[in-house]
Amino acid sequence: MMGRDLLGIEDLDRADLERILETAERMQEVGRRDVKKVPTLRGRTLVNLFFEPSTRTRTSFEIAGKRLSADVVNFSPSSSSLTKAESILDTAMTLDAMAPDAVVVRHKVAGVPKRIADALAAPVINAGDGAHEHPTQALLDCFTVKQEKGRFDGLTVTIIGDITHSRVARSNLYAFSKLGAEVRLAAPPTMLPAGVESLGAKAYTSLREALEGADVVMVLRIQQERMEGCFFPSIREYAATFGIDRKKLRYAKDDVIVMHPGPVNRGVEIAHDLADRRPSVILDQVRNGVAVRMAVLYQFAGRPATREG
Amino acid sequence: MAGQRLLIRGGRVLDPSTRRDEIADVLVEGGRIAALGPNLPADGAAVVDAAGCWVAPGFVDLHVHLREPGQEYKEDIASGGRCAVAGGFTAVVCMANTQPVNDDPSVTEYILDRARQESPARVYPVGAATRGLAGEVMTEMVALVDAGCVALSDDGKTIMDSGVMRRVLEYSQLARVPIITHAEDRTLVREGVVNEGPVSTRLGLPGNPATAEVVHVARDIMLAELTGAHLHVGHVSTAGAIDWIRAARERGVHVTAEVTPHHLALTDEATLGYDTNTKMAPPLRSQSDVDACRAGLADGTIDAIATDHAPHAVHEKDVEFTAAPPGVIGLETAVPVTLDLVRKQELTPLEWVRRLSTNPARIIHRPGGSLEVGAPADVVVIDPERRWIYDPAKGWSKSRNSPWAGQEMIGRPIATVVGGALVYDVERGVLLP
Ligand SMILES: [Zn+2]
Repeated sequence: MMGRDLLGIEDLDRADLERILETAERMQEVGRRDVKKVPTLRGRTLVNLFFEPSTRTRTSFEIAGKRLSADVVNFSPSSSSLTKAESILDTAMTLDAMAPDAVVVRHKVAGVPKRIADALAAPVINAGDGAHEHPTQALLDCFTVKQEKGRFDGLTVTIIGDITHSRVARSNLYAFSKLGAEVRLAAPPTMLPAGVESLGAKAYTSLREALEGADVVMVLRIQQERMEGCFFPSIREYAATFGIDRKKLRYAKDDVIVMHPGPVNRGVEIAHDLADRRPSVILDQVRNGVAVRMAVLYQFAGRPATREG
Repeated sequence: MAGQRLLIRGGRVLDPSTRRDEIADVLVEGGRIAALGPNLPADGAAVVDAAGCWVAPGFVDLHVHLREPGQEYKEDIASGGRCAVAGGFTAVVCMANTQPVNDDPSVTEYILDRARQESPARVYPVGAATRGLAGEVMTEMVALVDAGCVALSDDGKTIMDSGVMRRVLEYSQLARVPIITHAEDRTLVREGVVNEGPVSTRLGLPGNPATAEVVHVARDIMLAELTGAHLHVGHVSTAGAIDWIRAARERGVHVTAEVTPHHLALTDEATLGYDTNTKMAPPLRSQSDVDACRAGLADGTIDAIATDHAPHAVHEKDVEFTAAPPGVIGLETAVPVTLDLVRKQELTPLEWVRRLSTNPARIIHRPGGSLEVGAPADVVVIDPERRWIYDPAKGWSKSRNSPWAGQEMIGRPIATVVGGALVYDVERGVLLP
């Protein structure tokens, strides 16, 4: 059962996920109209609190809020690594004084949205926290797969890349397995976090085995700067062993689709010619982001801002 | 401190040094245990009613951070000493990571001087093993011990250079004190802030593998074996390290060990809400590690319970999980938290007392841990059934970083006597100095 905040897919059940995806379908119709606006959240204030810059996600939430007629305020505290660690409580108090109806939080450290939610009256929506969760990304990925495949039961979803440092991997792992799909993770052993199978997925170090019979291939972005030489020897070796191209895709099902949360490192985790054309659906993912975030705001910001218990 | 005559009447006397476990009165006079037996006459002595309670030698905590000199906003010798006696500890062993570091006899003397003036509990300083805790150049160990240090340690940091650790252990035999190791291989810990495993993966926080401790304990045991020195393993937290310690003791290596209440009572799942008051170094571990810590304490592989009382201010803990300093306060909750082992019959009351008093006193070669006639009158009276809610804001520490805030506790010290003086009474609070 959905709580007041959207901190992670781990907290949701299948019915919650299905309800949000159904709402997103209705929201997508709004986006096809001439006047792409409904009065659902008129008079409500949505705060985008982004400690870590992310133009893509922030813009997507901003458009979603505006299409629902909410007033959207962007608030980006300095997150320079030189500034002292910020008191989470202070931030929350400052925000509370603005009486927002929902707060969208992005932070580079796992757990910060949860700590802010504990201290705030308004509902908190996690827009990505460290390597923990990125629930709206997973919801838009599910929405995209539902459009393509029409179902989740019996599907095999293979997530490839740096699972250890990926919030997208965790949220998608929870989302797809709760919806009835089989989730596989594929990475070099240095990028598979300890005990990951206890989260409900199967881990593979053989890309070929992980791809066999896959309906959906989800490719994660490699953070080249901090990974090279430490978690894998070189970009060249990573691209050769775990980079996805049309040749390796032959192990998957014929009607496989390829997804990526963006931004793409062409020629590293995904071949150049695969990034923009079928079976890649990367642009659909971006498009669907707004509808899914409208559905999330409708579910979480549309309620009176009171906290029980 | 030596003036009072005190009769502790009708309690269950638990003295591990003589294996005594019987209802008796304890008479304290001239700072020493004057008599012990049934129905002692009061003869004008002040009376502490211990009916239904346990009477034990005062507890000795081998591992606290009193933060003085230098970080008095977190804790100082006065407030830390008050926490100690309120928690049943009559002596605390304070780590050297102060500012300045206790790597010079002048700092040791300052700490002892402050303790004489301000602390109701005895304070035994630990000197740094290397200058500035830098892990490079050994300190003047003999001078530090002559000034009053009871052990040497770079706690808070780890001596990573094996060659330095070997020389430190070798030379420590001249100073005749144990070397306390904070055993975490930094090259394996890296940014790790929670135990590596399913919990760190769910939280998305960098993992600190149990192996980081095991590797380091194994190294230090080998170096203790090579040198013949006394190695004391601080806050052991992993099943693997305990296996190494057990095997080393069986072949006669001089290694002792302590475990904290939090590593006996909590698993890494306590961290699932990102509460920075569950962030420690070493981190809370898995259930099988907790089970091994409890079993190791019960079978004697681990000698002592030590709190690793590590105060940090609210503003320091109220930050991102990765940025918060590790450590929790523990002096006032150690008794109720570890009484759980007695309630679950993993330890008898007498063996529980041994691990809190007799064993730690012996590790640092100090008197204490005994209620024999003539012994210093350091005594604690504990009501093992008393229920209370722990509120750090109402406690004696300057800090509040406890994972047990707001929780119901079972068992509490009701009176603490140091050197014959009643320094704590649960109704009236800390009485001296
Ligand atoms: Zn330590």
